[in-house]
Amino acid sequence: MQLQCPMPKLDFEVITLGHGSGGLLTNRLLDSGVFEVLKNDILDKRHDGATLDLKGPTAFTTDSFVISPIFFPGGNIGELAVNGTVNDLAMCGALPEYLSLSFILEEGLPVKQFWEVLVGVKVACELAGVQVVTGDTKVVEKGKGDKVFINTTGVGRLHPRAQIDINRVQPGDQIIVSGQLATHGMAIMSVREGLEFETTIESDSCNLNHAVKALLDAFGPDIHLLRDPTRGGVATVLTEIARDTGLGVDLQQRRLPIDPQVAGACEMLGLDPLYVANEGLFIAVVAAEKADQALAVMREQPYCENAAIIGEVTKDHPRKTVLTSSIGGKRVVNMLTGEQLPRIC
Amino acid sequence: MKFLTEYRDPEVARQYLDEIRKTVTRPWTIMEVCGGQTHSLVKNGILDMLPDEVRMVHGPGCPVCVTPLNLIDKAVYLAEEKNVILCSFGDMLRVPGSEKSLLEAKANGADIRILYSPLEAVNIAKDHPDREVVFFAVGFETTAPANALSVVHADRYGLQNYSILTSHVLVPPAIEAVMDDEATQIEGFLAAGHVCTIMGISEYYPLVDKYKVPIVVTGFEPVDLLQGILMTVQQLEKGEHKLENQYARMVRPEGNPHAIKTLEEVFDVTDRMWRGIGVIPGSGYELKAKYATYDARLKFDVNIPEAPESDSCIAGEVMKGIKKPFECPNFGKACKPETPLGAPMVSSEGACAAYYHFSGMLEELETVQP
Repeated sequence: MQLQCPMPKLDFEVITLGHGSGGLLTNRLLDSGVFEVLKNDILDKRHDGATLDLKGPTAFTTDSFVISPIFFPGGNIGELAVNGTVNDLAMCGALPEYLSLSFILEEGLPVKQFWEVLVGVKVACELAGVQVVTGDTKVVEKGKGDKVFINTTGVGRLHPRAQIDINRVQPGDQIIVSGQLATHGMAIMSVREGLEFETTIESDSCNLNHAVKALLDAFGPDIHLLRDPTRGGVATVLTEIARDTGLGVDLQQRRLPIDPQVAGACEMLGLDPLYVANEGLFIAVVAAEKADQALAVMREQPYCENAAIIGEVTKDHPRKTVLTSSIGGKRVVNMLTGEQLPRIC
Repeated sequence: MKFLTEYRDPEVARQYLDEIRKTVTRPWTIMEVCGGQTHSLVKNGILDMLPDEVRMVHGPGCPVCVTPLNLIDKAVYLAEEKNVILCSFGDMLRVPGSEKSLLEAKANGADIRILYSPLEAVNIAKDHPDREVVFFAVGFETTAPANALSVVHADRYGLQNYSILTSHVLVPPAIEAVMDDEATQIEGFLAAGHVCTIMGISEYYPLVDKYKVPIVVTGFEPVDLLQGILMTVQQLEKGEHKLENQYARMVRPEGNPHAIKTLEEVFDVTDRMWRGIGVIPGSGYELKAKYATYDARLKFDVNIPEAPESDSCIAGEVMKGIKKPFECPNFGKACKPETPLGAPMVSSEGACAAYYHFSGMLEELETVQP
């Protein structure tokens, strides 16, 4: 991403405890550009909270972002915080509109880095078409945080044709994934201290609300369920679907779209891409008769050109996700106990 | 992916399976030595695709599983009490010691770092001259050369603050231990391809002669494993016992001479304790006297008493292939990956964990419980 906003001239270079005091320094930090960068009519009122005019069914979600490192190939924590909350709303079948943005900064953070994160927020908001309407900034002592933590909360009204509900999942429904698996997790892994490897893998962090809207515009109630497989990956979401519906899930390993570099990195580290985190990916469970059309519509949407049907819901093997391996063997896919750890050899 | 996709080809896999079915006339018990092979067999669903006559049992080749409890306690002690930067491969972190795992020690504030290469630990030692850096050097012959090289590098840089906590183990003595057990039913072996990439194949000729069993050096992809199984079954059916090399695209008969030279420079062969199995003579590596200053055990005078193993864990019998994981009364009940009673339930390459994660038995196990 390119920085689109020149950083304002400031007489301080690092964030200090005073910037979270609520007093003069806080105001100087905010006035230096925060309000200007995120400018909109509601935020500009600079009140304690935002007043919104919402009618009809509304989705509401919150998420916290503590990613390390805060800058990673393909994005930063600011973009991630916006996209993460936008996508959670989209998965409810909602059209994301307003976000809150709450920073917890660690004392000593270079202001330049804070600015880059903020620009990340701005760009991601513009791309998703949402507004930050209220926010907060706190500063904690050095060592009590890790550079930047962000919490975002979001609201958005439901798409009028959306009927997203786990109880609407039926045997025969097709499972579509919107893009390539495991890209975000492996991009982060490639820059972790001690595990660095040379690659051009970039995080897939992006908004999914436009693609979801296109699907709902075209197919409405035939889209039975939407989920974004972030932590725990695609395998975790599918095992949850099997558990919560009491139905089975059949998964075809050969159909899983995975970038060759990502697949190679997973092989090298001994990680299963099915469990690696994604940030710009969603799973749609679609009525069987509409699945091919839905796939075609999806592939025309931004960030979804690699969408693929990877499996289907079945009456067989209730509550289990069964993967047919590339050579035709079958095995059960379970939830992981903890995070995946790179293996010895 | 080149050299991978062609070994995951369903048509080729089907041809090998057909050939195995045509060849086999009676039951055979074959052990795959390496945990990586176990993982691949289970993950690809191969065990259920094989004819009933071919019974695969899972060997002791999981470094995480065989690392003694006491050594994990020592690593935890170094990290917690000696203020060292303890570097480790990722999958060692979850293995329970007698009181806690390295992951729990890390959560309590110990400086424990997951690395992919021990040479990275040497870099950390260079970057932190005021801290002691210890690398937890576990693994079979495959990982030993890189760990040896880290000592050579540290020595070259004159680093005083780097040492390794070694628990290296060797495959051929483990095969002997398996075969010397009276209860063994093993009639053929798939030897560990990556180990032989380093060491070559000459060590296995005496084993073939001594125990009159076929040994086929085998790779890790589905087609590799099926071909290795076919080659073993063909020998068994003909009453032969030869050493063969299925993994010739990686394994040269002489191995990797440069790596072997580094091993000989740095390590001596020693008796080694295997978790769940006991002491196997001549089955491990320890640092030579000239590199003793890099031996964390000597450097820090770590004296941790041996803690007793859980007596309800049958890891030894599982790792020698005498029992299958689900023959353990605790499998999937008291012993699960989140509450392991023994190491084979921890590592993804441990036979118990592989069965737990990938086999369809889990649901049945859970539903029969009250």
